[in-house]
Amino acid sequence: MTLANLHMYVLAVPLLTALAVNLLGRRSRTWIAPLTLGALSFSTVAAALVLVRVLREGTLHYTVGNWSPPYGIELVIDPLGALMLLLVAAAALLATCGALPSVALELPGREHLFFTLYLILIVGLMGLVITGDAFNLYVLLEITSITTYGLIAMGKGRAPLASFNYIIMGSIGACFYLLGVGYLYILTGTLNMADISAILPTLPGTVAAATAFAFLLVGLWIKMAFFPLHGWLPNAYSLAPTGAGLLIAPLMTKVTIYLMIRVLYSIIHPNWALLAESGVQSALVWAAALGIVCASALALSQRDLKRMLTYLIVAEVGYMVGGVFLANETGLTGAILHIVNDALMTLCLFLAAAAIVYRTGSLEFDSLRGLYRRMPVTLAAFTLAAFSMIGVPPTAGFFSKWYLLLGGIEAGQWGYVGALLFSSLVNAVLFFRIIEIAYFRNSPDDDHRPLPVSEAPAMLVGPLVLSAVALLVLGLGAGGLVDSVILPAIAALL
Amino acid sequence: MDVLLAEVVAKYNYWLYVVLMMIGFYAMIGKRNLVKKLLGMNIFQTAIILLFVSSGVKRGGGIPILDKYEVLAHGVDVATVVNPLPHVLMLTAIVVSVSVTGVALAILQRIYREYGTLEEDEILEKLGR
Repeated sequence: MTLANLHMYVLAVPLLTALAVNLLGRRSRTWIAPLTLGALSFSTVAAALVLVRVLREGTLHYTVGNWSPPYGIELVIDPLGALMLLLVAAAALLATCGALPSVALELPGREHLFFTLYLILIVGLMGLVITGDAFNLYVLLEITSITTYGLIAMGKGRAPLASFNYIIMGSIGACFYLLGVGYLYILTGTLNMADISAILPTLPGTVAAATAFAFLLVGLWIKMAFFPLHGWLPNAYSLAPTGAGLLIAPLMTKVTIYLMIRVLYSIIHPNWALLAESGVQSALVWAAALGIVCASALALSQRDLKRMLTYLIVAEVGYMVGGVFLANETGLTGAILHIVNDALMTLCLFLAAAAIVYRTGSLEFDSLRGLYRRMPVTLAAFTLAAFSMIGVPPTAGFFSKWYLLLGGIEAGQWGYVGALLFSSLVNAVLFFRIIEIAYFRNSPDDDHRPLPVSEAPAMLVGPLVLSAVALLVLGLGAGGLVDSVILPAIAALL
Repeated sequence: MDVLLAEVVAKYNYWLYVVLMMIGFYAMIGKRNLVKKLLGMNIFQTAIILLFVSSGVKRGGGIPILDKYEVLAHGVDVATVVNPLPHVLMLTAIVVSVSVTGVALAILQRIYREYGTLEEDEILEKLGR
């Protein structure tokens, strides 16, 4: 194994393991856990090494099948891509630890099928992060989507219906993206992102280019559930099997936002002026602000913990889209930092929800009453993630929100700043309501005897505690992360 | 009117793709039967495939299969062959659309087993009870 191609092994190992899990897992369930965890641990370590190497040596290029770009498909790992690669691998590893017990409970006998799809989804996400080819991006987008459809449809009750809805919406999104790529291909005659962005400014056809951008962006917005296009998300994510939600909820939308940054800065970048002059850019920040406010308000009306969290994901998407379209360095720093933080916060909250569901079987607010006596560790971690979501220092959520606020002020986008503050307030209301129910209200059959502590299995509580600690560590180390990774990443983008 | 007509005739392939796409879009949004929605999605995807494929065509262009020795001796006149790349890309897109359709049909089967119907109204009615 040569170290020069380490970044390819990050993808190859889980992909091959997916095959092995399907074949060996069919024989005996005992193979599944060591295989998946082993492959993802390897990917995480390798991704960390790749990040170090990219920061030291600069952007890595890999030409697939030795066809040199712009003819062949090129994989590009710039600092931002390497950071996202590490994020995907690490979050997937934690999510898998949590998914193992909950899948064994919910889908007995179908674990090998579940984890085959699961690993292919992770590989698809990693591929999305590092591809440098616009059409390749479409194919990987569909790989992640198709596996997600399957995973969601494995849920009970209404899940297949939600999954079908997601298929229709997701296909419209992917087709719009493909249309945008088609326009760009007709304009420039190339599919390589770097090539497109080099050729575009030399062309006269700005209307066609603007149409292409519009298609690309709308396609990605549908995929990431940006506010008015979010209709499919709450049902799909809340009805999916708990184990699938653990992986999909933190990573899918975040990776799509990374893709939007990628499209904006690797393809459109020379034509930024086009977006800025026509007022599109500030209109989009207003749209993001509106999305944050509406999604937060919708979250308020939910009576189920998981559904509430899905609406919060939609609100967080608004944060990041707004941050990117502020078009200043502070806003972009905030958006990238928030991608990392939000992936971990969502992971932590969904792990807590999975642990609660594992023990109590329900996430209705009423069934959470007095839960702290039975699951103190789970609720402690949940509270920490809630504080991070609200933006209480020194948790991670505070710092990214701080950058986003500063970026908003710098750009003079007061609507966006107001929406951020409003959403923080709503988050505080939402989470303190749950904390109040869980800590201070007694369950109906309570007779003041000390209840036995019954936490979820260690495989679920372990990653939960780890992700909660990671939120604190990331919060305290936010300055270091920004200085050593995100600023070089932005410098490489601009 | 004549100007518009001339415009449509000159770029009829693009107009055709727009019309097809809108038909597919209408089926996805307007139809209440889940299979019809799925077929609408297929029409939508096919429209985009048509756009790509038509972008590679040249007037008077032949198939891009050439005599190796001829090419080595005289080179290629690109005006005589169509651009094969969009067709190759669309092979991949067709595979993607087939797989999405397959997954969707499997899910429809599960929905049918659960509710005994594929009409959206009837399913929603059953859910409401």
